[in-house]
Formats: sequence, C-alpha cells, structure tokens
Amino acid sequence: MKKTLLVVWLLLGAAALVAAQSGTVLLNAAGATFPYPIYSKWFDVYHTAHPNTQINYQSIGSGGGIRQLQAGTVDFGASDGPMSDEQLAQSKFKILHFPTVLGADVPSYNIAGVSGELNFTQKALAGIFLGTITKWNDPELTKANPGVNLPSADIVVVHRSDGSGTTYIWTDFLSKVSDEWKNKVGKGTSVNWPVGLGGKGNEGVSGLVKQTPNAIGYIELVYATQNGIAFGKVQNAAGKFIKADLAGVTAAAAGAAKNMPDDFRVSITNAPGATSYPIASFTWLLIPAHIEDAAKRDAIKGFLKWMLTEGQEYNEGLTYAQLPKAVVEKELKAISLVQ
Amino acid sequence: MSATATTIAHEVPPNTGLRAFVRKLRSGDEIAHLITLVFAAGILLITSLLVCELWRTSYLSRTKFGWMFFWTRTWDPIFDNFGAAPFIYGTLVTSAVALVIAVPLGLASAIFLSELAPRKVSDIISFLIDLLAAVPSVIYGLLGIFIVVPLMRTTLGPAIKSVLGFTPLFSGPNYGVGFLTAGIVLAIMVVPFIISVSREVLLTVPREQREAALALGATRWESTWQVVVPWARTGIMGSIFLALARALGETMAVTMVIGNDPKITASLFAPGYTIASVIANEFTEATGDLYLSALIELGLVLFLMTFILNGLARILIVATERGGGRPA
Repeated sequence: MKKTLLVVWLLLGAAALVAAQSGTVLLNAAGATFPYPIYSKWFDVYHTAHPNTQINYQSIGSGGGIRQLQAGTVDFGASDGPMSDEQLAQSKFKILHFPTVLGADVPSYNIAGVSGELNFTQKALAGIFLGTITKWNDPELTKANPGVNLPSADIVVVHRSDGSGTTYIWTDFLSKVSDEWKNKVGKGTSVNWPVGLGGKGNEGVSGLVKQTPNAIGYIELVYATQNGIAFGKVQNAAGKFIKADLAGVTAAAAGAAKNMPDDFRVSITNAPGATSYPIASFTWLLIPAHIEDAAKRDAIKGFLKWMLTEGQEYNEGLTYAQLPKAVVEKELKAISLVQ
Repeated sequence: MSATATTIAHEVPPNTGLRAFVRKLRSGDEIAHLITLVFAAGILLITSLLVCELWRTSYLSRTKFGWMFFWTRTWDPIFDNFGAAPFIYGTLVTSAVALVIAVPLGLASAIFLSELAPRKVSDIISFLIDLLAAVPSVIYGLLGIFIVVPLMRTTLGPAIKSVLGFTPLFSGPNYGVGFLTAGIVLAIMVVPFIISVSREVLLTVPREQREAALALGATRWESTWQVVVPWARTGIMGSIFLALARALGETMAVTMVIGNDPKITASLFAPGYTIASVIANEFTEATGDLYLSALIELGLVLFLMTFILNGLARILIVATERGGGRPA
C-alpha cells in the first residue's frame, strides 16, 4: 500500500516536473459563478487546442474573485458586476475589465388560474419589489395585462438570499427605473430587501416561487430556459414589452455599445432600442494591466483573443448571449493594454 | 509498567538530568503524558487562534458600530449599515423551537429504548438512530423543502392557526417557510443526538438502583422516573446541550427553509434569518471591507453565544447536582 502510494507521488512529481520543463503555463483564476459553465467549457477547449496553457478556474463568487485578485493569489479574476471606483483605487495595481458574455434576469411567477405570459411595466416591477404594490390586481398590473383575470391575492416576493450577480443585474435595473429604489435600496450583489422571502441560488428562488401561491421572483435567463420555467415580458426603455431571449440581450448590448467607455465598465440595463431586453448585463474578466511573467502574459493575451473570436461560438450552445461585434472589436484593441 | 518505572526512579537520583529523563521516557508514562498534553494544548491553541483571528478581522466593524452592532436591526450592504439583532433573534428562536420539540421526543424515546424495550429491539433502533445523526444537513434541508414546507403551508400551519391563531406567536401570513419550519427541521436533526447519548447514559445506571426502588414497592415507571432518570440527569443535560450546539450552528438546512429575511417578528410563521445562514449566504460575494468585517463579527457573536450558553449549561449542571439526586 505504502509503496504504491510512493510510486504515485513520484509519478505525479515527475509529471509536474516534466510539465514545468516543457513550458506549460498554469494560470489560476477565480470569481463569478454565473458564467462558470461557459468559462469551464472555454478553458477546456482552449487547453485541448493549446496544450501548454492550462487554466484553473474556481467559481467562488465575484466578491471572492476580486479579493483574491487584489491579494495576488490568482492570475486573473472574474466578476458579474464591474469593480467600483473605490475598489479600483484600493488595488495596488491597475486592473482591466474585459466583457466575456451576457446574462439576463427574468421575472417568474406562480398565480393560480393565470397561465399566459404577463406583461410587467417598469413601474410595476419596482413597486412589487419595494412593497408598494401588494395585490396582483393592482391597476399598474391589470392595465398592462388586458384580458387577464388577475386575482386580488397578496403578492409574495421572492429574492436571492445569497450574494449573486443575478441580484446585481436585477437591482441595477430597478435602480435605473425607480428613484425610490435607488435612494432606499440601491444596487449590489446583496441588498437590504424591503419585502420578501430569500431563496438560495436560482434553484432556491424558482423552488419557492413554484411552491408558494401568488409568488414572484427573478431568476437567470439561462436557468429558466434550461429548466423550462415560464416567465413574463418586461417593458424596455422604448416602452415595448420584450420576452427575454438571446437576441434581445445582444440587442441591448449593441444599443449600449455605442457609448461604451474605454474601460468597459458599463451597465446595459434599460438599454435603448426597440428590441433590447432591459434586464441584462455583461460579465467581466478582471486582468491585471501589468503582468511580470512573460509566459503568463502571453498565455492570457492569447486566451483573450481566442475567447473573443472562436470562443464566442460556444456561447449559444450553453444559452449565453454573444457579444455584439462592435464590443468584440473594441476589446481586441484593448488586449494590447495588457503588458 | 508503572512498577518498573518507580524502581528505576529510585535507583537514579532525580537530579541527574538528561539520563533520568531519557529513562523515564523509555518507561512510556512520560511519552503518553507528553503526547496527550500536546494534543490537549492543541485544542486550546486552535480555539484561541480562532477567536484572535475573528477579533482581528472584525476590527473595522467593531470600531464602527461598537455595542450598537447587537441592537441594530438593519442589515444593509449597500449603505454599509450592519446590525446583528435579527440574526441573533433568529438563531435563538429557531434553536428554542427545536429544543422544545426535540427534548420531550428524544427523552421519551431514550427512556423507552433503555428501560422498556427488549434489548434486541433497542439495539437495532439505536443503530438506526445513530445513522440518522450521520445524514448530511443538506439532505435534511431537502426534506424540509419538499415535505415540511408544503405540509406547513397547507395542513400543519392552518391547523395550528385555527387553534392558537389568537396569540401573536401564531398570527400573520403563513408562507410555509419561517421560524417554525426551521425549528421543526432542526428538531428532526438534533433528536438523534439526544436519544443516542441519553440512552447510553441511562444504560449506565447501576441495576442495584432499579432493584432497590422496585424492592421498596415502586412501580416500574416510578423506578424509571424517580430513580433512574434523576441518576442520569447530568448526562441527559449533556445530550441536550450537544443538541443545542448543533442547532445554533446549523447552516445549510436552516437557510433552505427559514425564508432568509432579517426581521424580528413575534410570529413563528414569519420568515427570519440566522447567523450561520447569513454568513454562508453572503460571504462569497461580500466585496466591501466593512461588509466582510461585519460578517466576520457575526461569526464572533455566534462564538460568544455558544460560549455563554455552554457556560450557563455548566452552571445549571452544577446547580442540579448540588440540589441532590445522584450522589457524588
């Protein structure tokens, strides 16, 4: 037993030694959980095509990703919300944002006797989550849903209990459409919810919504489509009710791309454009602007380039929206900033 | 062994230093002493390191909020205003509900298994109960979500409400998730500890005690309740405090059924939040320094609560022992 163990360790050691000598670059990364399925697919495919680059990604959450990057324990991070000015100022080195894929949130509900897709105005969603709209037959809801017989039941609000990028997108949207929300609650991965029950993860929220009569909650578009969960349409900045899909999300990103700042830290909730879905967001890789180790630097730059071109083709298979062309071009130019 | 050790000690004058020490080592006693001492000190060291680290990393939050941390009812990561009150309340309430349900259930089962059931039945059931104690908590959480929560919303909750709905404890809307549901799930989780430990303790009560009671004309029940149980009181208390410790720190199962809403509400139907749950939920995405520090201070508060409750338990045990019952 001991002998086999020794042999295994020796082999592992030898393998590590060989790997180190043959110039394999091992990159460590950590961060957001929302894009984890596509990231792990990318890192895997990239490793197969480029055997001497291996990327090890820990999906520990955006907050953890930012902290580990700042502490220098990982080579790059990933986050669902852009880093704040304060966080960037606190960092000892310059950090660049690179949008990778797009995500969106959808409102899911469970009302007895209502099977069709409900239309949610921006005011209605803000009111429901602020606790000012408490009944399903509130005029703000009935007005937008003619012909639907909404009951006079109390609305049960469900939100995420764990900190998450999903909550960031949702609260970012509510902050844009409601001043009361912006001043009272604000946006973030966890907020002080005025009303509602908390469920852990997308599965926790959708589980509570499914079980509780007259409940409404928000979940990720990816999760909803993969699990066949019905959801409602949301009114966009142009006043149209849009059912979330990948095209609508990319349209929102394209609408926002015209005013894309050079550091890519942009919010695309409530984006202009008649076909834009309003509750969407980029998710970002966080790359240090200066990387000492030349091998690691080249490996990261190589991966970024691949991710923005070939990598994007894997998105829709995993129900993530592709980046708009304009954004991709801008990012490809920005890769040269990594030195 | 010890005999040779003493003869050697007699032959060599005690202050010849190293050689004597080495000889003592050879005899085994010293080694055993040293090893156990190091391990025991290790436990102390780990505990104190833990407290030091929690104390150090919660610095920002401690200096900003001071004692108000215990009374503030807001938990707002956006505007950086943090208070532990709703979490302390939720932790205490769910644990109390769990014990109220689990103690009678566990004690009665333990008495049945040790005093009344045939030994074979008792052994089989005890084995199954020990298995229950080893089930991961997320399984109990799933059990809670799929069985207890719907049951609470459709059957149990309305039934309780129709009888006790007039009291503030059982008023307000019933969502299925909340303090009561969390307490019930916790009770199911901790009951195996109470049964298993209490049964073992009851079995150690000497047979003479029972026989003496029976010889004095006591019925079987009188001998059990008035002689055997008081004799085993300390051990039974121990099992209850073990259960309490588990209930206070339980994270996963509670977070799945409590509703995760940091509010202080009298109604047991209302959703709440516990310290362990909020740490598990928010730690990974806590980006702000003060936010993280406040979460760590919550951990410190939980540690403090366990410490105080364990201290109270010790005092209670000492007090009941003085009050009679089992001879020292």
